[in-house]
Amino acid sequence: MTQKLLTRRNFLHVGTTAAIAGIGYAGYRAMSAPGFLGVLESAEYATLNAQRALLVGQPLAREFSPSDMSPVFKANGTTHPGGVAYQEMLAANFSNWRLRVDGLVANPMTLSLADLKRMPQRTQITRHDCVEGWSAIGKWTGVPLGHILEQAGLAAHARYVVFHCADDVYGDSGRYYESVDLFDAFHPQTILAHAMNDAALPVAHGAPLRLRVERQLGYKHAKYVMRIEVVDSFRSIGQGRGGFWEDRGYEWYAGI
Amino acid sequence: MTDIASPDTGTSAPAARELVYRHRLVTRITHWVNALCFTLLLMSGLQILNAHPSLYWGEFGADDDRAFIEFFAARPDGRDGEIKGFTRVGPMTFETTGLFGVSRDSDGDVRVIAMPGWSTIPSNRDLATGRRWHFFFAWLFVANGLVFVAASLLNGHLRRDLLPERRELGPRHVLHDIWNHVRLRLPKGEAAKRYNVLQKVAYLGVGLLLIVMVLTGLTMSPGMNASMPWMLDLFGGRQSARTIHFLAATGTVAFVVIHLAMVLLAGPVNEIRSMITGRFVVPPEDKP
Repeated sequence: MTQKLLTRRNFLHVGTTAAIAGIGYAGYRAMSAPGFLGVLESAEYATLNAQRALLVGQPLAREFSPSDMSPVFKANGTTHPGGVAYQEMLAANFSNWRLRVDGLVANPMTLSLADLKRMPQRTQITRHDCVEGWSAIGKWTGVPLGHILEQAGLAAHARYVVFHCADDVYGDSGRYYESVDLFDAFHPQTILAHAMNDAALPVAHGAPLRLRVERQLGYKHAKYVMRIEVVDSFRSIGQGRGGFWEDRGYEWYAGI
Repeated sequence: MTDIASPDTGTSAPAARELVYRHRLVTRITHWVNALCFTLLLMSGLQILNAHPSLYWGEFGADDDRAFIEFFAARPDGRDGEIKGFTRVGPMTFETTGLFGVSRDSDGDVRVIAMPGWSTIPSNRDLATGRRWHFFFAWLFVANGLVFVAASLLNGHLRRDLLPERRELGPRHVLHDIWNHVRLRLPKGEAAKRYNVLQKVAYLGVGLLLIVMVLTGLTMSPGMNASMPWMLDLFGGRQSARTIHFLAATGTVAFVVIHLAMVLLAGPVNEIRSMITGRFVVPPEDKP
């Protein structure tokens, strides 16, 4: 009797252990499969939808006082675009630089730095959070993107604003670009900054013009902006995921 | 303590083996989902840490700012000397070659990296994929935690099994329990059917740590910061939140180490089975 029970119990133990090992191995194999990354990526939509629900009132990112600013604001990614065209613009102090605004707009525009400085300006001291984990606080002055988009006049089916940049991060592996949707494009703190810490925007930080989209991580804040294109889809741009780093696996929605 | 301390009839010989139904189904399922999420969050979290293995206090912090904790590599014996890994915590620096700062990868090659490849997901340096794992399992972890908390409030697990009773919090009782643990005298008989006070404090404590982990994780999100700026004030800024996230993770790892050691000491087959099938063999009282 006891013998029998022990046998049955042992059988159950062996069976349970084997079942757990089997489930574990199957789980490990499933998680290692290439398709599993697609499952993981579904979290981005949960995050986007949850945060958009929380941000529906368009609250501002925290703004700081001058005494809160980082003594040194780290420059990351491209710190000098190089290339003859950029060198010539830099040598001319960007007097010959022009920002193109086109795509799904009623009035395509070509704007000089002086044109931009004549538009309404916003100055904000905000925290910049890199996807790597560090943060720096700096002061930015520029034109609200919403103002430029209103001047250009969006088509009814416009959905995204794409920023085409002067820098190619890995030599010739593709120009930097980024995109935001209209929810972030029309946020009051989303500006095209031409000044940083009360001086002209330095080359290392994206001269002559960079995007500030304060409720998202640093790689969304495109530097060296040359062209703003309004689109209904970014599928045909770059590798189709909405940005340089997005094409390399990072989230399009970088609010976390 | 047991979820339902009902004697199990029909499967065992009487008196010799007392089986009790120790853990409810919801407790068992949420335990294992939690264990899975914890493991994957920890390993993908270390991958994320590797992208910038310095931790600061306050709102900002980057290369030129003084870190509170950092993992780094250096050649202390000059330019041609051996590269070594170091961990600095405040004013104290420790050499941690082989583990933190410098370690070997699966091919045996020396790598300059804060956390070793075997501890991260993926094992190679890949921040983008590490973040995908982290945020997917963060959602699952939070959903699972909410199920556990809601069920434990409704079925009385929290009140009856986890909250210490007043008599258990007396210094005499607590010291007695600590002394029993120090001597590795684990509860037997009736006492083994309930969590002892140190267990209760440990489980509630790790629960609190996990809540802190979720809140500090959310405090690192610029989107959440705009929506709920009070979280920045609660933790003293985004970089403080990041540092507390790391310290709380270290605390939960310490909990898991002790938890697993106690499972081994108390009888791993019986303990693990009780968390799978729910049934727990009560260790018999010592015969006088």
